[in-house]
Amino acid sequence: MLWDIYSFLIFGRNNKKRFRNFELNKKLMKENILQIAWWKWLCVILLFYTYIAGFLIPVPRLPILHESIRNLFFHVTIWFSMIIMMGASLIYGIRYLNSNNIDLDIKAEQCTYTGIFLGIIGILTGSVWAKNTWGAWWVNDAKLNGAAATMLVYLAYIVLRGSVDDEIKRARLSSVYGIFAFTMMLVFIMVLPRLTVSLHPGNGGNPGFGAYDLDKTMRTVFYPAVIGQTLLATWITEILVRIKRLKQHD
Amino acid sequence: MQQIFHLIEKEINLEWKQKYAFNGLLLYVGATVFICYLSFREILEVPVWNALFWIIQLFAGVNAIAKSFLQESRGRMLYYYILADPKAIILSKIIYNFLLMLLLSVFNFLFYSLLIGNPVSNTPLFLFTLLLGSMGLSSVLTMVSAIASKAGHSAALMPILSFPVLLPLLMTTIKLSKNAIDGLDWAANQQLVIILLALNIMVIALGYLLFPYIWKE
Repeated sequence: MLWDIYSFLIFGRNNKKRFRNFELNKKLMKENILQIAWWKWLCVILLFYTYIAGFLIPVPRLPILHESIRNLFFHVTIWFSMIIMMGASLIYGIRYLNSNNIDLDIKAEQCTYTGIFLGIIGILTGSVWAKNTWGAWWVNDAKLNGAAATMLVYLAYIVLRGSVDDEIKRARLSSVYGIFAFTMMLVFIMVLPRLTVSLHPGNGGNPGFGAYDLDKTMRTVFYPAVIGQTLLATWITEILVRIKRLKQHD
Repeated sequence: MQQIFHLIEKEINLEWKQKYAFNGLLLYVGATVFICYLSFREILEVPVWNALFWIIQLFAGVNAIAKSFLQESRGRMLYYYILADPKAIILSKIIYNFLLMLLLSVFNFLFYSLLIGNPVSNTPLFLFTLLLGSMGLSSVLTMVSAIASKAGHSAALMPILSFPVLLPLLMTTIKLSKNAIDGLDWAANQQLVIILLALNIMVIALGYLLFPYIWKE
């Protein structure tokens, strides 16, 4: 009975026709929704914690920032997880070049897609924050330019992938371009902004999340939030990879 | 090492045999500068002068280097593949394109300052910036042109792939050349010069390591 309701919810009305195979049914039953991997549970718990504690805990009152400092828990963590996703894509690219295993290329591609998705969310959340804190949707700031340039690079990566038909050639060219581009991007976001004054909190004498500003209570939310966001990104990527694999086998 | 010299020699011979390509590039730069001259007359503002100069330089570079792998026919590429080490090929291409870019940039500078005015106060530093900028442009563009030529739609892909990757290099170069125009002395620019050099070395090293993977088909 329970299995019927559950399978109806998941697979719709035609499930009996589609899943007549008993073995398959048994396998699907085993994959109960509560039996997901432990890190997915951790991700759910950490994100709930982030979104509840992020809005409730007391934060230091700083000039200019005030309550908007809470964006640290959401916007900054999204950027962190984006960089981690792009780094994962880079590692898969290198591993692909070493092993020529096409599955690694699928992983690299899907990591990039997740990274772009997170980057767009990061730009949007940053933009809303900037409108309320600095008074403009977009300002000429080293970090914002770095973000925009990163997006450009990865959109170019997708265009490159789209323009090659041969699977192996595509994998090889895009891995090489990915490695090349990611290294230049690291320079662009990590090195160059340190040479100029940034408007961002913690830079150029602005109050912010620097060593002594980021107090202990904020840290207790910030680090779990980073882990939670990264796990969520990994989860999304995992699903994307599985979809892509199924498409390839068709 | 011997291979690299031979390959560079071959590139120069090839260029010498089809002079129209090089002359075409000079004409391209000249025509662009002339269009800028007609639309701006004289540029007194330093940032505008600087930015325009480097944009001309960028487009000339894309045009000059896009053909470096495109002009090779499939058969000839196979011939090189059998004959030469891929690392020698990429290094020779980078060095040759660097020389080409250097010539183009000097020509661009002369013609640009003749028509639009020359506000540069620290000329040696500016020339040094030209050198470093050409090196960076040529190494990145050579690598991207290799990728684009293998991908097929080379002409369309070249700018899309290269511009975002060039950004850090171009920003640093523009900053350094702005300092040169303003007449800051060497000591003040040490940091920028070191970054630019490091970037160049990094790009060349990446090209050197990654090119063999795109070369084999």
